[in-house]
Amino acid sequence: MARELSCRELVQLVTDYLEDALSRRDRKRFERHIAVCDGCTAHLAQMRRTILATGMLTEEQIPEGARRDLVAAFRDWKASGA
Amino acid sequence: MPKRTKAGTEHELVAALRAGDERAFMELVDRYGPSMLRLARSFVSSQAVAEEVVQETWLGVLRGLDRFEERSSLKTWIFRILANVARTKGERESRSLPFSSLEQAGSDEPAVDPSRFDAGGAWNSPPASWEDVPEDRLLSRETLGSIDAAIAMLPPAQRTVITLRDVNGWSSDEVCNVLDISETNQRVLLHRARSKVRRALEAQLSGG
Repeated sequence: MARELSCRELVQLVTDYLEDALSRRDRKRFERHIAVCDGCTAHLAQMRRTILATGMLTEEQIPEGARRDLVAAFRDWKASGA
Repeated sequence: MPKRTKAGTEHELVAALRAGDERAFMELVDRYGPSMLRLARSFVSSQAVAEEVVQETWLGVLRGLDRFEERSSLKTWIFRILANVARTKGERESRSLPFSSLEQAGSDEPAVDPSRFDAGGAWNSPPASWEDVPEDRLLSRETLGSIDAAIAMLPPAQRTVITLRDVNGWSSDEVCNVLDISETNQRVLLHRARSKVRRALEAQLSGG
């Protein structure tokens, strides 16, 4: 059986785990460790909540002036007979 | 009646653009503009230059529309143009992204401060559970502000990847395609970026 992961090793693999990029063997090692380690369980949960919160950042808006310029550019493009 | 597939509607959109449908164009501007601005912002030094990049990209889209062969999605095509325009501007500002040199860098950058582990690699200072942190605190203006600040501090390549993946919600395929990086490279950048944002959140949330 493969050597068990340490906590220090596990934290390096969290994104690979969440992206489903671990080999089947490494995935098993990861899950075996998580099942018995409160620290790593908390760390994984923190990473998940970090991703969730990052997804709540609002996107920037296009300034109204830029939008008007684009309407004009589109009309020019259309008029140039494209 | 044929099913309106995603590809079908996109084909119709491209046709509408080519036919000079201004409303279709502005719909596209409003749909992608905000993510374009964010992506551009990670390549260049100022908001003003990022706005220029977005404008130039749209002009490039109009110029190239006749040559667009619909082999990639319209979105990917537009963002590839944006990445090229932004890279050129960034290089002029000597702020180009060392995407290609990252492949060799490996993933050895620690995700968590090494002092939090003992000699055997087990936690000696384990992370607190955030189970008790209420959603409205996690998603408060203050917390989101610290995430935004942490992302702004990241090296450009990491900032770009986390922005596309976690802020804009893109798939890894889309990110690799637009930035011309490998899956592995993308994951390394994403992991480093997320780990730093997590650390910033940990500092913020443990502040009481």
